[in-house]
Amino acid sequence: MATLKELAKVEERFVGGHRLCAGCGHGISVRMVLNAAEDSNVVVGCATGCLEVASTIYPYTAWNCSFIHSAFENAGATIGGVEAAYKALKRKGKIDKDFKFVAFGGDGGTYDIGFQSLSGAMERGHNIVYVCLDNEAYMNTGIQRSSATPMGADTTTSPAGKVVAGKQQPRKDLTAIMAAHNIPYAAQTAIHNWQDVHRKAKKAFDVEGPAFLNILSPCPRGWRYNTPDIVELVKIAVETRFWPLYEVENGKWKLNYKPKKYVPIEEFLKPQGRFRHLFAPGNEHVIKAIQEEIDNRWLALLERCGEPQELPSR
Amino acid sequence: MTPFNRNFGQGRRTKAVRPDMNWKELTKAGNIYEPGNANTYETGDWRTIRPVWNKDRCIHCLICWRYCPDASIISTGGKFDSFDYKHCKGCGICANVCPVHAIDMFSEDEIDKQKEAERNEE
Repeated sequence: MATLKELAKVEERFVGGHRLCAGCGHGISVRMVLNAAEDSNVVVGCATGCLEVASTIYPYTAWNCSFIHSAFENAGATIGGVEAAYKALKRKGKIDKDFKFVAFGGDGGTYDIGFQSLSGAMERGHNIVYVCLDNEAYMNTGIQRSSATPMGADTTTSPAGKVVAGKQQPRKDLTAIMAAHNIPYAAQTAIHNWQDVHRKAKKAFDVEGPAFLNILSPCPRGWRYNTPDIVELVKIAVETRFWPLYEVENGKWKLNYKPKKYVPIEEFLKPQGRFRHLFAPGNEHVIKAIQEEIDNRWLALLERCGEPQELPSR
Repeated sequence: MTPFNRNFGQGRRTKAVRPDMNWKELTKAGNIYEPGNANTYETGDWRTIRPVWNKDRCIHCLICWRYCPDASIISTGGKFDSFDYKHCKGCGICANVCPVHAIDMFSEDEIDKQKEAERNEE
């Protein structure tokens, strides 16, 4: 593992001057992932979303590397096409350099809209890395629910009111769906542990064939937490088992972090404004349902990873 | 063998966009030929709180560099060098992740008032 002192000498591929909100999780995640590519040449594709509209406002680009714009629904297909063209040109001897291909998408462009093109790119086996920056709603268009939005969250299209307490459905588990494509590498990670992000991003770049990374990327506007507390919040998400860290390498599941203590989900919900209504009297059943969902998913994950199936001790 | 894209984008520079410009003056397909030119756009004036580095406390661990979303912490030779106040948006993450509290956040208003008071004294 390289130290931060060495990594800080790698050329910055996502420069300042982009128009993401102050304290946006995307900026941190993108810098961490691209930093792990170290000295290689990188081509970046980007599904429409916060990251794309904030980083490529004409006539500026925040990408200090090759960048290709694509529509909301086809980031996977675009970067797959670029990779196929590169292979053809390389075979004909028209390109001599080596390139790595990475696509970034938000949860809207990955879980919902770009899902079929991503699935296709994974199935065709392009040598690409797809990184999903999961901020759990369509933040770019004004915080609408997506299939990554957790149960109980208040968004503009799943508003919390007297009858309904936010989104009623639990979230989709995209990393497991991607692992079911039998791709060489799929992993879920979070920025509070930069070593974990770096290791997984490096592995994703190095592996031959498609790789998928899912990174929890908090949104200060949509989640309504205190902006500087981003690292603590992500850490609580992992401790409460809301966002487990695991990787699937060639079909072999591996759990990367096992919390020692049972931390109730309230710890994660409390700092966020989007869950404030859950603490009003009469909504206790929603928190209970969220906790049950998390415990069940945790046990299922433990089974897949071949670990003893038990919840952390209280 | 010469690469097919040897002259690609040569001599073409994306200009600043003005309201009176017509579409012919823009680059073809809106392409941008200078990577990372957002550096010339300053987001520092978004800031309401300013990070200030405490040199004596800093242990040069560079965790602040790792967690800055705006690449606004400049490091030279693996050591903390300075803040890039032209791009820092003042989110306060660096001050929060610093293990030795070597970064303090000050209100820009107060800094301005202080500077003005100093000027008046002179």
